[in-house]
Amino acid sequence: MILTLILLVLLILAAVWAVMTRSLMLSAIALALTSVILSIIIFTLDSPLAAVFELSVCAGLITVVFISTMSLTKPITRTELKKQTKNRIKRYWYLPVLLVLTGLGCWLSFAKPELKFLAPAAENDVRNVMWKIRQTDILGQIVIILTGVFGVVVLFKERSKND
Amino acid sequence: MINNNGGLFLIFSIFAIVLGVCGFYCIMVTRNFIRSLIGLEILTKAVTLLIIAAGYASNRIALAQSMVITLIVIEAVVISVAAGIVFGIFKQIGSLNITKLRNLKG
Repeated sequence: MILTLILLVLLILAAVWAVMTRSLMLSAIALALTSVILSIIIFTLDSPLAAVFELSVCAGLITVVFISTMSLTKPITRTELKKQTKNRIKRYWYLPVLLVLTGLGCWLSFAKPELKFLAPAAENDVRNVMWKIRQTDILGQIVIILTGVFGVVVLFKERSKND
Repeated sequence: MINNNGGLFLIFSIFAIVLGVCGFYCIMVTRNFIRSLIGLEILTKAVTLLIIAAGYASNRIALAQSMVITLIVIEAVVISVAAGIVFGIFKQIGSLNITKLRNLKG
């Protein structure tokens, strides 16, 4: 339990680092770190398959997508960076205060009633659930992946000279 | 059959709400397209944490894993397409600053 709490606090800290850091590259790396910590938490909650997906897709693929987008676009100049840094501190210093206040407010309002869940004898093999009970989800995933592929192809297509 | 995972779920839900607030703040405050995508990503991480915690607490972890896998696939596709859109906008206006996106022309 203590390990889980430490991991949850680390998760929040990594997310705050991703939001508040100045460099976009560091921000993407902090986001990957958030994914890694989240996948460890998911693993401790007896969900190894979802943890592996989170680790490989969110920490790997999405970081690569972010970094390639940054390398395709132009980094800002040094004078712009200096100008932004002054404004950034003004805009972002509310975030830790807001997070602490939200956490305290939720803790004070939620922690009193002890929730109890009805837990029926559910199907607990993820392969059965995924391939037999929730087949429509698989279909939806295929459609979404095809949509994404077509979207990326259309967006990255070079325009012809007549356009 | 009743289990007592409610307290654990409450702790996870509090942390998920805090993570969601962090993502919302990032989307609202930033003026950079890529950083707003990072905020979106943090929001989906909060949802992932909440779904897994709910599945663990209600003893339906297989269903939660199945939904999380679907969520991760959707998240990856959304981020890829959004990165393509950001690149297209950068080709149009030559900047990643949201405040410079003033027109809706092609």
